Amino acid sequence: MRVRFNVNGSEETVDDVWEGESLLYVLRERLGLPGAKNACEQGECGSCTVYLDDVPVCACLVAAGQVQGRRVRTVEGLAEGGPGDQRLDPVQEAFVEAGAVQCGFCTPGLIVQAHDLLNRVPDPDDAEIREALAGNLCRCTGYEKILDAVRLAARRKAASR
Amino acid sequence: MEFLRPVSWEEALAAKAAHPGAVPVQGGTDVMVEINFDVRRPEALLDLNPVRELAEWDVAEDGRLRVGAGVTYTRLIEELGDRLPGLAQAARTVGSPQIRNRGTIGGNLGAASPAGDGHPPLLAAGAEIEVESAERGVRMIPAAEFFTGVKRNALRGDELIRAFWIAPASGPQYFSKIGTRNAMVIAVCSFAIALHPERRRVGTGLGSAAPTPRRATAAEEFLAAELDWERRRPLDPAVARRFGELVSAAASPIDDVRGTADYRRHALAVMARRTLTWAWNDYAPGRKVS
Repeated sequence: MRVRFNVNGSEETVDDVWEGESLLYVLRERLGLPGAKNACEQGECGSCTVYLDDVPVCACLVAAGQVQGRRVRTVEGLAEGGPGDQRLDPVQEAFVEAGAVQCGFCTPGLIVQAHDLLNRVPDPDDAEIREALAGNLCRCTGYEKILDAVRLAARRKAASR
Repeated sequence: MEFLRPVSWEEALAAKAAHPGAVPVQGGTDVMVEINFDVRRPEALLDLNPVRELAEWDVAEDGRLRVGAGVTYTRLIEELGDRLPGLAQAARTVGSPQIRNRGTIGGNLGAASPAGDGHPPLLAAGAEIEVESAERGVRMIPAAEFFTGVKRNALRGDELIRAFWIAPASGPQYFSKIGTRNAMVIAVCSFAIALHPERRRVGTGLGSAAPTPRRATAAEEFLAAELDWERRRPLDPAVARRFGELVSAAASPIDDVRGTADYRRHALAVMARRTLTWAWNDYAPGRKVS
């Protein structure tokens, strides 16, 4: 089947999509957007978190046909500007600076989820950060530096307002 | 496989009548797992996301809430948490924020897992499920009659879940769930209690403790007769203990990867006692027992 939807601001048409296919497969294998990661395929790990109409979801659990006519924003769509002049989102910068990235596999999902948290709750306490990130598994960092990164991003965003 | 995209409720009912083997999909948090792991290959997926009226809720003439099958857990917590505290507590334990952003009570009912988190509070509150088919129209099914077996429900091949009807809480409600961590846990077992002071009745719901979610009716009747609804005297610990025993006795648990039958029976008695204590402390403030 054919699926048309908006990805990171660009209208895309994808043909020959299998009816049982996930949004994650379409993004990674058909549109060349490998930011959202494929790990558990059952919504347990959060590595494939993307925005669907401004709400973070696990792309592995969205049927491709369900995004027809809707808007998807992946980690690739968070930075501003184009090639050569790209500025990372404050959440992405904070992850780099705080050392919240080790192997990097969980990072895109965590960044999208943290990005959403700070949009909804500009100054989250630790309990709110932990709750927001409870569905994103990281097997390297022990999470402490990830929490540091979210706190740092919150401070940066507050200072820039 | 076909992918059906009705854009109205009428179209959805017509599609289900024409394709009784089609599997309805809302958040996909159960259905897509089965497809990703190749344990299910339905003849068609029936996408209900475009059916806007399913994502709405309103207050019916009789004062009950009619909550569309497509209202997500996140919205249920935010918009109805004050009126449906037991169900909202259960909703908060579902998966993770990403899962709650997509998952729905309608999908929970459709999957009809014995471990579904939404089921015990629906049983405790005496909710009804509104189902509909193009040919025979609307049918109201009490939650206690909706679950017919492991992952089986009372829906016929041409029916879809439209909404659930539930009275706003008239007394304290609590939900408790056992798992290895707070997030991303399928219940080892779970328990919901609702006090209905205006009727002097108690509602219960057991999860993951039998082939279907079920009530503990003997426990409900025992407790309704023992509680001092009028003078709100402190809870007698012996009554709480007996209530726990009766809840435990209502279960028919099995040993599986998440826990043993013995553990489930024990945990149910503990959760029943504990949630009753919380509920009664709310109902009889200033007379707390621990």
